[in-house]
Amino acid sequence: MTETTASEATVNDTASGQPVADTAAAGADAAARGPGASGHNRPARTANLLYGETETELRAAVRELLADKAPWRDVLARTETGQTYDDSLWHTLAAEVGCAGLLIPESLGGAGASYREAAVVAEEVGRAVAPVPFLGSAVIATTALQAAGDTEFLPELASGALTASLAIPFAAGTRYRPEATVRLDAPQRGDERGDYRLTGTITGLADALLAGLLIVPVDSVPFGLYAVRVSQPGIGKRPLVSLDMTRQLCEVRLESVLARRVAAGQPAEQAVAAALLAGAGILASEQLGLAEQCLDTTVAYVKERRQFARPVGGFQAIKHRLADLWVSVTQARAAARYAADWLAAGFGPETTMAVALAKATCSDTALKAAQEMIQLHGGIGFTWEHPAHLYLKRAKADSIGLGTADAHRASLDVLANLPAPE
Amino acid sequence: MLTPDELRSQVAEFLAAHDPASTERLEFLRARFDAGLAWVHYPAGLGGQGLPRSLQVVVDREFLAGGAPTNHPERNGIGLGMAAPTILAHGTPEQKERWLRPLWTGEEIWCQLFSEPGAGSDLAGLATRAIRDGETWTASGQKVWTSSAHMAKRALLVARTDPDAPKHEGLTYFALDMKQPGVEVRPLRQITGEAEFNEVFLTDAQIPDADRIGDVGQGWTVSMSTLMNERVSIGGNAMPREGGMIASAARTWREHPELRTPGLYDRLLRLWADAEVARLAGARLRQQLAAGQPGPEGSAAKLAFARLNQEISEFEVELAGGDGLLYDDWTLRRPEGANFFGRNPGFRFLRAKGNSIEGGTSEILRNIIAERVLGLPKEARVDTGPWKDLPR
Repeated sequence: MTETTASEATVNDTASGQPVADTAAAGADAAARGPGASGHNRPARTANLLYGETETELRAAVRELLADKAPWRDVLARTETGQTYDDSLWHTLAAEVGCAGLLIPESLGGAGASYREAAVVAEEVGRAVAPVPFLGSAVIATTALQAAGDTEFLPELASGALTASLAIPFAAGTRYRPEATVRLDAPQRGDERGDYRLTGTITGLADALLAGLLIVPVDSVPFGLYAVRVSQPGIGKRPLVSLDMTRQLCEVRLESVLARRVAAGQPAEQAVAAALLAGAGILASEQLGLAEQCLDTTVAYVKERRQFARPVGGFQAIKHRLADLWVSVTQARAAARYAADWLAAGFGPETTMAVALAKATCSDTALKAAQEMIQLHGGIGFTWEHPAHLYLKRAKADSIGLGTADAHRASLDVLANLPAPE
Repeated sequence: MLTPDELRSQVAEFLAAHDPASTERLEFLRARFDAGLAWVHYPAGLGGQGLPRSLQVVVDREFLAGGAPTNHPERNGIGLGMAAPTILAHGTPEQKERWLRPLWTGEEIWCQLFSEPGAGSDLAGLATRAIRDGETWTASGQKVWTSSAHMAKRALLVARTDPDAPKHEGLTYFALDMKQPGVEVRPLRQITGEAEFNEVFLTDAQIPDADRIGDVGQGWTVSMSTLMNERVSIGGNAMPREGGMIASAARTWREHPELRTPGLYDRLLRLWADAEVARLAGARLRQQLAAGQPGPEGSAAKLAFARLNQEISEFEVELAGGDGLLYDDWTLRRPEGANFFGRNPGFRFLRAKGNSIEGGTSEILRNIIAERVLGLPKEARVDTGPWKDLPR
């Protein structure tokens, strides 16, 4: 949908004319000639790591909406109500800005955009710690349905009329295998051919409280992915008191509920894997946006806060911490963009690598940013009346959601051929 | 604007007219410069054609494939990476004409006389004096941390020309002829055992006023543009995955299962991921430059690489176990440039310690990021007023 021309030289270029720093850049330069330059696992395409024009426009629209409809005081107040997700904001974001249908083809009512655009929306959602199920519905559930080849619900999802959630615990990593907590049940009188009945309990679901459609994996033979409309008897959702109340988790109980199978066997397994991979990759962008907001807020604060008759931001102890955080954010941005661009290109091995790097890096960076935000704000940052705790809780929960940094790094054993100790 | 294909055919025509097999090396390089195929982003007549810098890789690839001799850029890193852009930005037309061609062909190696024993991070406090007498300047003082000084024909020199002015305002920038009696170069041995750097003693060294770069008193401004180029060039080299210091650590890990432990494994995975992400950040920086959206991210690259090089080399020595207790060679050697490879892990461990000091310490870089990128308040200064009155 958008392309910024980027000319990344993927070849090793020391032939002539190019500056070769021989002091500070010794490592980087020597690196270009290093013995590891075998390229055994070098990607064939060059990722575009920049933001395109359309992406920048989309960002501006989303940021404007969230600034207007989700100021942090409202977000904070909502965490103490019975309706922690903002249904009205989500509807505006989904339907009016068109964020629900970004990944859905135009022929099915979507925008026909890609994960690159979805990533930009996620950045803004992270910046605002907005209580909307964008990740769960517009990214994870949408990816699961599309990867399963099911188109029945996509027009409703694209229009924002329906919100969906993949019924897998938020803590599941990308190597998730469903537990046998949901089983196929006996058909009931009046069921038609193709109807299934599901019974069981799944807990720790994110972005499911507003969902009108659950996509439920069932680990039977064959492994199956089932669509369950929530507007039927036998379904119970119980909100859980969550560390991060801006993305409140819930438990779902299914009592012989009517379901339709959207995929079975390998296609179903692949659909779940694709959804979790896309979810982790786009969550990395959300973490990036969250980290940027923490950095920006903190920089602004230390310029204003005075102690010892000067702004505290003039003390090196604080300047250096913020400089280091800025470096981390710079690195995280490259990783997040790399994952978004590879997701937009498909689901090959390099996409898995890109997501692992991005989720590992952005998990650490977002948490670091939120922690620095609290410390560098001093006492005010430790109070309920300041947004820092919202960011800390979301950052910590996000660092566990869809695979911890540690779990993603562990996948480098195969991806980067770095075998674990015996 | 030339297309890459048109540029390729230019190179093909050049190679047809100057067969690398039968053309003398220097003659070939001079002709390449004169044909505007040396650095295509430089202006016409100065080795380029005013093209985007991103097209240079096209030209380099074609010359490499055509078996052309190179100008050995690794021998003239300061010249190509710092002197040339400084001359281009601040030199007179006559200076550009006189210096850039032999610089690019490698006939004249350049070095940089900036740091002094009393002026490291505080470069503007430097004490080397240059005094004018008619059309000639006479320079005296001591410079340090000068790579390539023993091979260099010319040096970028910053010297104090007005001790009565505040420190940043009393400096002037020169190109110094290194091959003269007033210049003495002594090797400076580092913790690696090598003498990659030099000390340079100037005793009444002579500089024609025609070799002054920029106006008298403008030395600080010109120096900043040199240092900017130094830092830009750090993120400047494209490299493949596992192209850096992580390469030998990962190879040792793969080849020696008996060395693997859970603790080392966690460190390896972190370092590998960090190295790859730092590489991607470098790639992103280059894409920004190519798209005409230069950002401040360049200063992040040096900090990131310094930390990574140090942590990876520490890891590698530990991974080596008993072999980590050995060192390959302590004899004083004189390498032509910094090269981490071809030596053992102990060398890399020691050499990497310089990465957070050379070209701006990590602490100074953090100050620069905090003040120029994040806009945080500057330190209160006590070094204002005439330079000659500052405590030393």
